[in-house]
Amino acid sequence: MSALLEATGVAVEYHRTGAPPLRAVDHADLTLARGEILGLVGESGCGKSTLGRAVVGLQPTAAGEIRFDGRPVAPLGLRRRPPGMRGLQMVFQDPYASLNPRRLVGDQVGDGYLLGGTSKTEARRRAGELLERVGLPADAVKRYPHEFSGGQRQRIAIARTLAAEPSCIIADEPISALDASAQASVANLLVELVRELDMGLVFISHDLSVVRQIADRTAVMYLGRVVEVGPTRQVWSEPAHPYTKALISAVPRADGAGVLPVELPGDVPDPSRPPGGCRFHPRCPVALPSCAHDDPPLTILRDGRSAACVLAK
Amino acid sequence: MGTLLEVEDLTVWLATRNGPRKAVDGLSFRVDSGEVFGIAGESGSGKTMTAMALLGLLPHAARTGGRAVFEGRDLLAMKPRELRDVRGRSIAMVSQDPSTSLHPMLSIETQVTEHMRHHLGIGRSEARGRAVELLSTVRIPDPERALGAHPAQFSGGMRQRIAIAVALACEPRLLLADEPTTALDVTVQAGILRLLDRLRRERDLAVVVITHDLGVMSAVADRICVMYGGRTAEVGPRETVLTHPRHPYTRGLLDALPHPEGGAAALRPIPGSPPSLGAVPDGCPFHPRCAFAVDSCRVDRPEPVLIGSDHRLACPPDPLGESA
Ligand SMILES: Nc1ncnc2c1ncn2[C@@H]1O[C@H](COP(=O)(O)OP(=O)(O)OP(=O)(O)O)[C@@H](O)[C@H]1O
Ligand SMILES: Nc1ncnc2c1ncn2[C@@H]1O[C@H](COP(=O)(O)OP(=O)(O)O)[C@@H](O)[C@H]1O
Ligand code: SF4
Ligand code: SF4
Ligand SMILES: [Mg+2]
Ligand SMILES: [Mg+2]
Repeated sequence: MSALLEATGVAVEYHRTGAPPLRAVDHADLTLARGEILGLVGESGCGKSTLGRAVVGLQPTAAGEIRFDGRPVAPLGLRRRPPGMRGLQMVFQDPYASLNPRRLVGDQVGDGYLLGGTSKTEARRRAGELLERVGLPADAVKRYPHEFSGGQRQRIAIARTLAAEPSCIIADEPISALDASAQASVANLLVELVRELDMGLVFISHDLSVVRQIADRTAVMYLGRVVEVGPTRQVWSEPAHPYTKALISAVPRADGAGVLPVELPGDVPDPSRPPGGCRFHPRCPVALPSCAHDDPPLTILRDGRSAACVLAK
Repeated sequence: MGTLLEVEDLTVWLATRNGPRKAVDGLSFRVDSGEVFGIAGESGSGKTMTAMALLGLLPHAARTGGRAVFEGRDLLAMKPRELRDVRGRSIAMVSQDPSTSLHPMLSIETQVTEHMRHHLGIGRSEARGRAVELLSTVRIPDPERALGAHPAQFSGGMRQRIAIAVALACEPRLLLADEPTTALDVTVQAGILRLLDRLRRERDLAVVVITHDLGVMSAVADRICVMYGGRTAEVGPRETVLTHPRHPYTRGLLDALPHPEGGAAALRPIPGSPPSLGAVPDGCPFHPRCAFAVDSCRVDRPEPVLIGSDHRLACPPDPLGESA
């Protein structure tokens, strides 16, 4: 099966005045197939959003290659998006920031169709259909964003994205700002859409338990790199990378048992000065002396998943 | 364990364009000394306003009703001066965002020692010595040096630890922690939860943890109050509430969580959304979203009644009870 989205060796640098460039993503690889959900997890600042923006072309890359549907993704310059790239869309954490408070919801959702060359009345009608598809009342078309709850606003943002008829969506923390119950319903909606429309979805989240529930594959990032990627079930039941293991043990369970989660000491190092050797070695509970100078590449393991650790076989 | 705080029939009216509206409506609970008491519920259920009422920090033109007796005195009846004295000294607060509880321009030393010097009347060098101890208690590396630093020089998790040190400065009996780990990574959250647990054991500190995260609740709380629409839905021991919930809302919150073992099954959200201020339905506030609602639920206001050892439930039909 050929990949819908394929990123190889991607690096992204932020240029800062009076300081060396900050390499927020360094040699990261990702692949995504049609109809597949890839969860992207990792601590704050590890580069999830940066990588997400890079793969949709919203962020220039310093190295590597990104292909969508076989075509290279060029960073968005001053010119309009080439038509082939409309199939690649992004959904953000804060739906309020991405919606215009003074425009009717129906018009904002319909924009996607207008860009695709549809007439105004037809765009409106289809916007209404999309809003119903994402679980909003039909009269949502004639209302403003502030009249909706956070969860409903995220549904509006998703409907707007769907108007571009995407085959691939990168969703950056799409449910993080919502209540538990609204999180569950928006996550369900995304899963249904992926299955129904045979889209690909990269689901960026710091909530590991949601990723575990909905992602087909999980990629774990640490300090700008993907350190483990594989089928969700494998990654969770037998994490191959010590960092993955630490992340999983830190998730508290609502089982009433009163068990404190396991702490991973230390902070994420400053990405402008990553540690030499394995980037995780200063915090790694099972580091070997050699880890201070050997930087393990992401390697395919026996069971087919990949991990970047000398101990992973 | 004695009772440290007894809240009875707490009601908070907030001023809105359409007049006063109840954000908290007749809430009762007690906190024992040295325990971690959890308040759970979706956003807008009144958790933060409950904490603010206890601290006398409600928004302008808010009014309160009921009683909140702390060490024999009613916090709600205190004059602003008296309350200021209690606040920071016997009761301290940690909020979700450490960047709002810490002043960006002041040194860590100033912030940790300020209350000590004001409330305990101790001198500068003694306060400094205590500050170093506190920072090492909350595991800030190199505390001596940290004193001279500013909040921006620390990560989010470190800032939250410093905010906890500031809160502990005058050895309070009660710490109100409103979503103390919501803004943090799970790895960092684990450290803060362990810290709170250690502090209550070592210092006989009572902690009220406010969070919408039932996993966090399960990790640290001894007893849990589940709030909905400004009222108590259910309150009881952690294990009982999380493993044998009796309120349909508690059940719904637990069912909405991802399954701990993962799996392909869809998540199960509670239909509808929580009521907004001033739009709390009559009768049981949860009835429009409740799969078990009967006619009386739309009319009769349920009050929490004792249904088991230290377990209270505000749901007269009790559809999840043994007899049902
Ligand atoms: N516009 C920018 N200019 C400079 N540095 C940036 C910029 N955006 C992000 N960074 C830095 O790049 C690194 C990766 O950031 P990114 O936002 O991709 O992380 P993330 O994994 O999405 O984190 P979070 O979970 O907090 O959203 C961080 O060190 C961040 O401080
Ligand atoms: N400053 C304020 N002015 C008016 N309404 C407010 C204010 N703060 C909170 N509210 C309202 O009071 C209710 C309870 O809020 P809050 O205690 O913050 O809930 P929680 O902490 O459980 O999310 C909500 O309906 C909220 O919108
Ligand atoms: S390579 Fe070494 S330091 Fe890095 S994760 Fe593996 S054991 Fe730990
Ligand atoms: S009182 Fe009625 S509506 Fe409320 S939770 Fe119980 S059964 Fe449901
Ligand atoms: Mg991000
Ligand atoms: Mg709150």
